[in-house]
Amino acid sequence: MKNVQKQKRANKSLPFFFRDEFKVSLVIILISLALLITTFTFDIVPPILNRGIQPATFPKALLVLIIIMTLLIYYLATKNPWKVEKKLPRSFFLTLLSFVIFVVVSKTLDFFLAISALSIFVSYCWGEKRLFYLLLVGIIFPIIVFIFFETILGLRFPPGIITNIYYS
Amino acid sequence: MDNLLLMLAPLFSSKLLLVLFFGTLFGLILGVLPGLGPTTGGALILPFTMTLDPLSAIVLLTSIYCAGTYGGAITAVLINTPGTPAAAATCLDGYPLAQKGEAGRALGMATVSSTVGGIFSVVILVFFAPILAQLAYEFGQPEYFALAIFGLTMLASIGEGSPIKNLIAGAFGILISTVGKDFMTSIDRFTFGINELTEGIGFIPVVVGLFAMSEMLTQSTLINQIFNRIALKAIKLPSKDDYKKTWKTILRSSGIGSFIGVLPAEGGTVASLIGYSEAKRFSKNPEEFGKGSIEGIAGAEAANNAATGGAMVPTLALGIPGSATTAVILTGLIIHGVRPGPDLFREQPDFLYGIFGAMLIANILFFIFGFFGAKIFARITLVPNKILWPMIFAVSVCGTYSLNQSIIDVWIMLFFGVLGFFMRRYGFSVVPVIIGLILGELVEGTLRQSLVIFDGNWLMFFTRPIALTFFILSLIALAFPLIRSRKFKKKNDKV
Repeated sequence: MKNVQKQKRANKSLPFFFRDEFKVSLVIILISLALLITTFTFDIVPPILNRGIQPATFPKALLVLIIIMTLLIYYLATKNPWKVEKKLPRSFFLTLLSFVIFVVVSKTLDFFLAISALSIFVSYCWGEKRLFYLLLVGIIFPIIVFIFFETILGLRFPPGIITNIYYS
Repeated sequence: MDNLLLMLAPLFSSKLLLVLFFGTLFGLILGVLPGLGPTTGGALILPFTMTLDPLSAIVLLTSIYCAGTYGGAITAVLINTPGTPAAAATCLDGYPLAQKGEAGRALGMATVSSTVGGIFSVVILVFFAPILAQLAYEFGQPEYFALAIFGLTMLASIGEGSPIKNLIAGAFGILISTVGKDFMTSIDRFTFGINELTEGIGFIPVVVGLFAMSEMLTQSTLINQIFNRIALKAIKLPSKDDYKKTWKTILRSSGIGSFIGVLPAEGGTVASLIGYSEAKRFSKNPEEFGKGSIEGIAGAEAANNAATGGAMVPTLALGIPGSATTAVILTGLIIHGVRPGPDLFREQPDFLYGIFGAMLIANILFFIFGFFGAKIFARITLVPNKILWPMIFAVSVCGTYSLNQSIIDVWIMLFFGVLGFFMRRYGFSVVPVIIGLILGELVEGTLRQSLVIFDGNWLMFFTRPIALTFFILSLIALAFPLIRSRKFKKKNDKV
């Protein structure tokens, strides 16, 4: 409890644009505004065919509601600041990077290879240096999962350099 | 009598018994592993259920739900980390008692009270779900709209964390449900020219992303964390003295848990916290709470398991999920072509009572597994995260891909994983997003159809007594957190 109060005091000492509540509220409002603008590009149903409200009305109302509530949480946070969150460690950013690597590899090379690459990369970044375990999570286990999904669910994985060899 | 026989049907089917056996076992493993749990596990197993008939599929999901909720207690007692969020209150007394060398006694009480709470809630389910379904015959589109709004406002009232943040998350969930072709006019909304989005955003990529992938990112920030594990010799059944001390607490918490479960909110998590605080309030020894009170364990565990049956009541009777896990079960029902609601009770009683019976048996099964196998399940926590999470990633990716065989679904899952991580970091619960997503179509559909019926006159909503009652309840639900915080402030000022 004392720790939380200390973190809150630390947050109060920061300029307002560095505080989490400001940054989070700003991001939500900017995204909501962008989506709100998008709703104006939705097709409009001609009055003769329209039953009830236009398709854009409901999302518009939701987005306005989200913006109002976000302003409210920001206003309340000025009175009762959020606690300062700890800085994210390097392992978090490496895991995030592995997601990006997964998307790129699965799109360009192979889906199975992407799973394998991410598993080895994450396991290594999280501290696993033993080769057997890296092979277990990166190759043996994905092969088991792959075959399981392929045979039990009759799943066909997207084409790629490894899956093509398997299917041919 | 007929219904009782229908409930016992799973006992006479070797296939259902096998499904129950594996579901309970899998649920326990998921519950024991911190970060996983019945919601993520249920979402991951959903694609596999496509190979089963509808009853077996739902029996599998419900047994995972019951056993997973209990499994969290094992980790809570032995390593002071709740296996599931619903077991958070169990840590408060379970771990201190284990530190005193009484881990077996703590787990014994957790197992007994979980089983009693779970069975109590199945009885509530059997009696109240048909009554609620009968009432639902009176519901038209406006009533369903008002009910869905009430469900969403309840998230603000009794969900964990900030009420406004919960409402924002719920509104965001509804917004996700609007992506794709508008169901009334077939006009594209938020598709940004991506063909795959015209069918909308699937439930499974969002759930797996928000729960499993965001948890993977959370675990990446905790790789240097060291758990102090307490060795478990054997589970002990509670003594006569323990029963004397706790039977009232177990019954009270079972009632509280069942009631909270019925309300659409965070189910077991909130139920266990209220069950725990009520146990403390009524206890003759409140000073023992937090230091290893056996009543504290009983109060929290009976309540969180009682919420399982409670949460199934609105799910089956109205098609409104009572918790995140029941939202997964609801998706399972829909995928298998079963539409929850009053007609289900009239047309498929064998299916429904089969589920009730399976839940009852699952509660007994996890008692047996927990009692004889807790020592083994506790060892599962020894699997290092650096091995476990890459494996979970592989299953998550293949499971998400398998539903529509779409790589876009996998990317959506990763996107929601990152989003879920930051939401949790800044105090936004991810559960309202799931509830909002599942209720979104109902909210918008019933609103628009009601407006067609009312010829665009909004005020007509308030001329329908049942709808008006739900709107008043929604207002009370919204006002409740305000009243609660003022009371708390006054109390603090006095102190």
